[in-house]
Amino acid sequence: MPYYAPSAQSPGEISTPSSVSVEAANAPSNSPATKHDPADILARAQAGDHHAFAQLYSIHKRHVYSLCLRMVGSVAEAEDLTQEAFLQFHRKIGTFRAESALSTWLHRLTINVVLMHLRKKGLQLNSLDEIMEPTSDQRPGRSFGAPDLALSGAIDRLALQRAIKDLPAGYRLVFVLHDIEGFEHNEIASLLDCSIGNSKSQLHKARLKLREILRSHPQQEGHK
Amino acid sequence: MRRSTNNLTCAEFQAQLPDLIGYSKSISDHPHLRSCNLCRALMADLDAIAQAARQLFPVVEPPEALWEHIESAIVKEEASPGLR
Repeated sequence: MPYYAPSAQSPGEISTPSSVSVEAANAPSNSPATKHDPADILARAQAGDHHAFAQLYSIHKRHVYSLCLRMVGSVAEAEDLTQEAFLQFHRKIGTFRAESALSTWLHRLTINVVLMHLRKKGLQLNSLDEIMEPTSDQRPGRSFGAPDLALSGAIDRLALQRAIKDLPAGYRLVFVLHDIEGFEHNEIASLLDCSIGNSKSQLHKARLKLREILRSHPQQEGHK
Repeated sequence: MRRSTNNLTCAEFQAQLPDLIGYSKSISDHPHLRSCNLCRALMADLDAIAQAARQLFPVVEPPEALWEHIESAIVKEEASPGLR
Protein backbone atom coordinates (compact mmCIF):
# COMPACT_ATOMS: atom_id res chain seq x y z
CA MET A 1 0.00 0.00 0.00
CA PRO A 2 1.52 3.27 -0.98
CA TYR A 3 1.71 5.48 2.08
CA TYR A 4 1.80 8.47 -0.18
CA ALA A 5 3.20 8.88 -3.64
CA PRO A 6 5.44 11.51 -5.13
CA SER A 7 3.94 13.43 -7.99
CA ALA A 8 3.82 11.54 -11.24
CA GLN A 9 6.48 12.04 -13.84
CA SER A 10 6.60 10.56 -17.29
CA PRO A 11 9.42 8.12 -17.90
CA GLY A 12 12.19 9.82 -19.79
CA GLU A 13 11.02 13.29 -18.90
CA ILE A 14 13.96 15.63 -18.96
CA SER A 15 14.96 16.69 -15.48
CA THR A 16 15.94 20.26 -14.92
CA PRO A 17 16.37 22.33 -11.81
CA SER A 18 13.51 24.49 -13.07
CA SER A 19 11.17 21.53 -13.10
CA VAL A 20 9.75 22.54 -9.75
CA SER A 21 6.71 24.22 -11.21
CA VAL A 22 6.23 21.41 -13.70
CA GLU A 23 6.23 18.86 -10.95
CA ALA A 24 4.03 20.92 -8.76
CA ALA A 25 1.62 21.05 -11.66
CA ASN A 26 1.76 17.28 -11.81
CA ALA A 27 0.52 16.99 -8.26
CA PRO A 28 -2.88 15.41 -7.66
CA SER A 29 -5.16 16.92 -10.25
CA ASN A 30 -8.00 17.84 -7.94
CA SER A 31 -5.82 20.17 -5.89
CA PRO A 32 -6.63 23.84 -5.99
CA ALA A 33 -4.06 26.13 -7.54
CA THR A 34 -2.69 27.25 -4.19
CA LYS A 35 -1.65 23.70 -3.42
CA HIS A 36 0.88 23.89 -6.26
CA ASP A 37 2.66 26.77 -4.65
CA PRO A 38 6.03 25.61 -3.23
CA ALA A 39 5.52 27.62 -0.06
CA ASP A 40 2.14 26.02 0.45
CA ILE A 41 3.54 22.56 -0.22
CA LEU A 42 6.21 23.19 2.40
CA ALA A 43 3.72 24.49 4.93
CA ARG A 44 1.54 21.44 4.46
CA ALA A 45 4.52 19.08 4.74
CA GLN A 46 5.56 20.82 7.95
CA ALA A 47 2.06 20.24 9.25
CA GLY A 48 2.47 16.52 8.62
CA ASP A 49 0.79 16.21 5.21
CA HIS A 50 2.41 13.16 3.68
CA HIS A 51 1.29 14.01 0.18
CA ALA A 52 3.04 17.33 0.47
CA PHE A 53 6.24 15.65 1.63
CA ALA A 54 6.06 13.36 -1.38
CA GLN A 55 5.78 16.45 -3.54
CA LEU A 56 8.86 17.93 -1.88
CA TYR A 57 10.68 14.70 -2.62
CA SER A 58 9.73 15.01 -6.27
CA ILE A 59 10.90 18.58 -6.38
CA HIS A 60 14.26 18.04 -4.70
CA LYS A 61 15.19 14.41 -5.38
CA ARG A 62 17.37 15.08 -8.43
CA HIS A 63 19.36 17.79 -6.75
CA VAL A 64 19.96 15.73 -3.62
CA TYR A 65 20.81 12.54 -5.49
CA SER A 66 23.11 14.32 -7.94
CA LEU A 67 24.92 16.06 -5.09
CA CYS A 68 25.47 12.74 -3.29
CA LEU A 69 26.67 11.15 -6.50
CA ARG A 70 29.18 13.92 -7.14
CA MET A 71 30.53 13.76 -3.61
CA VAL A 72 30.96 10.01 -3.26
CA GLY A 73 31.23 8.87 -6.87
CA SER A 74 29.30 5.66 -6.25
CA VAL A 75 25.71 5.01 -7.34
CA ALA A 76 24.95 2.59 -4.49
CA GLU A 77 26.30 4.96 -1.84
CA ALA A 78 24.51 7.91 -3.46
CA GLU A 79 21.20 6.06 -3.23
CA ASP A 80 21.74 5.23 0.43
CA LEU A 81 22.76 8.80 1.19
CA THR A 82 19.80 10.26 -0.68
CA GLN A 83 17.53 8.07 1.40
CA GLU A 84 19.23 9.19 4.61
CA ALA A 85 19.08 12.84 3.55
CA PHE A 86 15.33 12.65 2.94
CA LEU A 87 14.77 10.80 6.19
CA GLN A 88 16.60 13.55 8.04
CA PHE A 89 14.68 16.11 6.01
CA HIS A 90 11.45 14.47 7.15
CA ARG A 91 12.56 14.45 10.77
CA LYS A 92 13.73 18.06 10.75
CA ILE A 93 11.27 19.68 8.40
CA GLY A 94 9.41 21.22 11.31
CA THR A 95 12.55 23.13 12.30
CA PHE A 96 12.99 24.79 8.92
CA ARG A 97 12.35 28.50 8.97
CA ALA A 98 11.99 30.47 5.80
CA GLU A 99 15.00 32.72 6.45
CA SER A 100 16.83 30.73 3.80
CA ALA A 101 15.64 28.93 0.69
CA LEU A 102 14.54 25.38 1.32
CA SER A 103 16.85 24.18 -1.46
CA THR A 104 19.83 25.80 0.27
CA TRP A 105 18.86 24.28 3.60
CA LEU A 106 18.41 20.85 2.06
CA HIS A 107 21.70 21.22 0.20
CA ARG A 108 23.52 21.83 3.48
CA LEU A 109 21.67 19.01 5.18
CA THR A 110 22.69 16.65 2.37
CA ILE A 111 26.33 17.70 2.53
CA ASN A 112 26.31 17.05 6.26
CA VAL A 113 24.78 13.61 5.69
CA VAL A 114 27.53 12.78 3.19
CA LEU A 115 30.27 14.08 5.47
CA MET A 116 28.89 12.08 8.38
CA HIS A 117 28.92 9.00 6.17
CA LEU A 118 32.50 9.63 5.09
CA ARG A 119 33.59 10.08 8.68
CA LYS A 120 31.97 6.77 9.60
CA LYS A 121 33.84 5.18 6.73
CA GLY A 122 37.07 6.32 8.30
CA LEU A 123 37.83 9.57 6.60
CA GLN A 124 38.93 11.77 9.47
CA LEU A 125 38.36 15.16 8.04
CA ASN A 126 39.99 17.14 10.81
CA SER A 127 43.42 16.47 9.43
CA LEU A 128 43.05 16.42 5.72
CA ASP A 129 46.69 16.57 4.83
CA GLU A 130 47.67 13.72 7.11
CA ILE A 131 44.72 11.40 6.78
CA MET A 132 43.36 12.11 3.34
CA GLU A 133 46.68 12.36 1.61
CA PRO A 134 46.63 9.70 -1.08
CA THR A 135 49.32 7.12 -1.43
CA SER A 136 52.38 8.18 -3.38
CA ASP A 137 51.14 6.74 -6.66
CA GLN A 138 47.90 8.71 -6.33
CA ARG A 139 49.58 12.04 -5.68
CA PRO A 140 49.88 14.47 -8.54
CA GLY A 141 53.30 14.50 -10.10
CA ARG A 142 55.55 17.51 -10.26
CA SER A 143 53.94 19.73 -12.80
CA PHE A 144 56.82 21.68 -14.22
CA GLY A 145 59.20 20.54 -16.89
CA ALA A 146 56.59 19.26 -19.33
CA PRO A 147 56.40 21.59 -22.27
CA ASP A 148 53.54 19.93 -24.17
CA LEU A 149 50.15 20.58 -22.67
CA ALA A 150 47.34 18.29 -23.67
CA LEU A 151 44.69 20.56 -22.23
CA SER A 152 45.18 23.54 -24.47
CA GLY A 153 41.97 22.69 -26.28
CA ALA A 154 38.53 22.05 -24.87
CA ILE A 155 38.40 19.59 -22.00
CA ASP A 156 36.41 16.49 -22.73
CA ARG A 157 33.44 16.38 -20.37
CA LEU A 158 33.25 12.62 -20.02
CA ALA A 159 36.98 12.29 -19.48
CA LEU A 160 36.85 14.97 -16.79
CA GLN A 161 33.83 13.35 -15.16
CA ARG A 162 35.68 10.03 -15.02
CA ALA A 163 38.81 11.69 -13.72
CA ILE A 164 36.88 13.36 -10.89
CA LYS A 165 35.25 10.07 -10.03
CA ASP A 166 38.69 8.46 -9.83
CA LEU A 167 40.18 11.12 -7.57
CA PRO A 168 41.21 10.04 -4.08
CA ALA A 169 38.29 10.70 -1.72
CA GLY A 170 39.81 13.69 0.04
CA TYR A 171 40.77 15.44 -3.15
CA ARG A 172 37.36 14.76 -4.70
CA LEU A 173 35.50 16.08 -1.69
CA VAL A 174 37.26 19.44 -1.60
CA PHE A 175 37.23 19.76 -5.40
CA VAL A 176 33.49 19.09 -5.57
CA LEU A 177 32.70 21.44 -2.71
CA HIS A 178 34.81 24.29 -4.12
CA ASP A 179 34.84 24.00 -7.88
CA ILE A 180 31.43 22.46 -8.45
CA GLU A 181 29.28 23.43 -5.49
CA GLY A 182 30.84 26.86 -5.17
CA PHE A 183 31.79 26.85 -1.50
CA GLU A 184 34.53 29.21 -0.35
CA HIS A 185 37.58 27.84 1.44
CA ASN A 186 36.46 29.22 4.80
CA GLU A 187 33.12 27.43 4.38
CA ILE A 188 34.83 24.19 3.40
CA ALA A 189 37.16 24.49 6.37
CA SER A 190 34.15 24.88 8.60
CA LEU A 191 32.25 22.00 6.99
CA LEU A 192 35.21 19.65 7.10
CA ASP A 193 36.60 20.89 10.39
CA CYS A 194 39.99 21.57 8.86
CA SER A 195 42.12 24.63 8.25
CA ILE A 196 41.64 26.95 5.30
CA GLY A 197 45.19 26.10 4.29
CA ASN A 198 44.30 22.42 4.18
CA SER A 199 41.31 23.14 1.99
CA LYS A 200 43.41 25.20 -0.42
CA SER A 201 46.13 22.60 -0.50
CA GLN A 202 43.69 19.75 -1.21
CA LEU A 203 42.01 21.73 -3.96
CA HIS A 204 45.28 22.55 -5.65
CA LYS A 205 46.42 18.94 -5.47
CA ALA A 206 43.08 17.77 -6.80
CA ARG A 207 43.35 20.07 -9.82
CA LEU A 208 46.93 18.95 -10.43
CA LYS A 209 45.87 15.33 -10.19
CA LEU A 210 43.02 15.90 -12.63
CA ARG A 211 45.39 17.58 -15.05
CA GLU A 212 47.73 14.66 -14.77
CA ILE A 213 44.94 12.15 -15.38
CA LEU A 214 43.61 14.08 -18.35
CA ARG A 215 47.08 14.39 -19.85
CA SER A 216 47.76 10.70 -19.41
CA HIS A 217 44.53 9.58 -21.05
CA PRO A 218 44.02 10.62 -24.62
CA GLN A 219 41.10 12.96 -25.16
CA GLN A 220 39.53 10.62 -27.68
CA GLU A 221 38.23 8.51 -24.76
CA GLY A 222 35.46 10.95 -24.34
CA HIS A 223 34.64 11.14 -28.02
CA LYS A 224 33.42 7.60 -28.46
CA MET B 1 64.80 23.90 -12.78
CA ARG B 2 63.84 27.10 -14.53
CA ARG B 3 64.44 30.39 -12.80
CA SER B 4 62.47 33.29 -14.16
CA THR B 5 63.41 36.91 -14.22
CA ASN B 6 61.95 37.63 -10.81
CA ASN B 7 64.26 35.01 -9.31
CA LEU B 8 61.46 32.65 -8.40
CA THR B 9 61.91 29.13 -9.70
CA CYS B 10 58.93 27.20 -11.07
CA ALA B 11 59.06 24.96 -8.01
CA GLU B 12 59.01 27.93 -5.69
CA PHE B 13 56.15 29.54 -7.58
CA GLN B 14 54.14 26.33 -7.66
CA ALA B 15 54.72 25.82 -3.97
CA GLN B 16 52.89 29.12 -3.43
CA LEU B 17 49.97 28.18 -5.65
CA PRO B 18 47.68 26.63 -3.02
CA ASP B 19 47.66 29.95 -1.18
CA LEU B 20 47.06 31.86 -4.38
CA ILE B 21 44.11 29.69 -5.35
CA GLY B 22 40.94 31.67 -5.31
CA TYR B 23 42.75 34.85 -6.22
CA SER B 24 43.03 34.20 -9.94
CA LYS B 25 43.15 37.86 -10.87
CA SER B 26 46.23 38.44 -8.80
CA ILE B 27 47.77 35.17 -10.01
CA SER B 28 47.55 36.28 -13.62
CA ASP B 29 49.56 39.35 -12.71
CA HIS B 30 52.21 37.41 -10.86
CA PRO B 31 55.70 38.36 -12.11
CA HIS B 32 56.72 34.73 -12.47
CA LEU B 33 53.85 34.05 -14.87
CA ARG B 34 54.80 36.95 -17.07
CA SER B 35 58.13 35.35 -17.78
CA CYS B 36 57.40 31.60 -17.54
CA ASN B 37 55.56 29.84 -20.33
CA LEU B 38 55.41 26.54 -18.45
CA CYS B 39 53.71 27.92 -15.37
CA ARG B 40 51.44 30.08 -17.48
CA ALA B 41 50.35 26.95 -19.34
CA LEU B 42 49.90 25.12 -16.06
CA MET B 43 47.68 27.88 -14.73
CA ALA B 44 45.67 27.89 -17.96
CA ASP B 45 45.11 24.15 -17.60
CA LEU B 46 44.07 24.40 -13.96
CA ASP B 47 41.68 27.25 -14.72
CA ALA B 48 40.24 25.29 -17.65
CA ILE B 49 39.67 22.27 -15.40
CA ALA B 50 37.93 24.40 -12.77
CA GLN B 51 35.73 26.11 -15.34
CA ALA B 52 34.84 22.86 -17.09
CA ALA B 53 33.97 21.24 -13.77
CA ARG B 54 31.46 23.99 -12.97
CA GLN B 55 29.40 23.05 -15.99
CA LEU B 56 30.04 19.38 -15.78
CA PHE B 57 27.58 17.38 -13.85
CA PRO B 58 24.09 16.96 -15.17
CA VAL B 59 21.23 16.64 -12.76
CA VAL B 60 20.58 12.94 -12.41
CA GLU B 61 17.29 11.19 -11.74
CA PRO B 62 17.44 8.75 -8.83
CA PRO B 63 15.99 5.28 -9.37
CA GLU B 64 12.21 5.17 -8.99
CA ALA B 65 12.45 2.45 -6.35
CA LEU B 66 14.28 4.82 -4.05
CA TRP B 67 11.08 6.57 -3.06
CA GLU B 68 9.60 3.26 -1.95
CA HIS B 69 12.56 2.71 0.36
CA ILE B 70 12.25 6.19 1.81
CA GLU B 71 8.50 5.85 2.20
CA SER B 72 8.91 2.53 3.94
CA ALA B 73 11.57 3.93 6.28
CA ILE B 74 9.34 6.89 7.17
CA VAL B 75 6.46 4.56 7.95
CA LYS B 76 8.72 2.52 10.22
CA GLU B 77 10.03 5.60 11.96
CA GLU B 78 6.59 7.00 12.56
CA ALA B 79 5.39 3.68 13.90
CA SER B 80 8.38 3.41 16.23
CA PRO B 81 9.83 6.85 16.93
CA GLY B 82 12.53 5.27 19.07
CA LEU B 83 14.15 3.84 15.93
CA ARG B 84 15.45 7.24 14.87
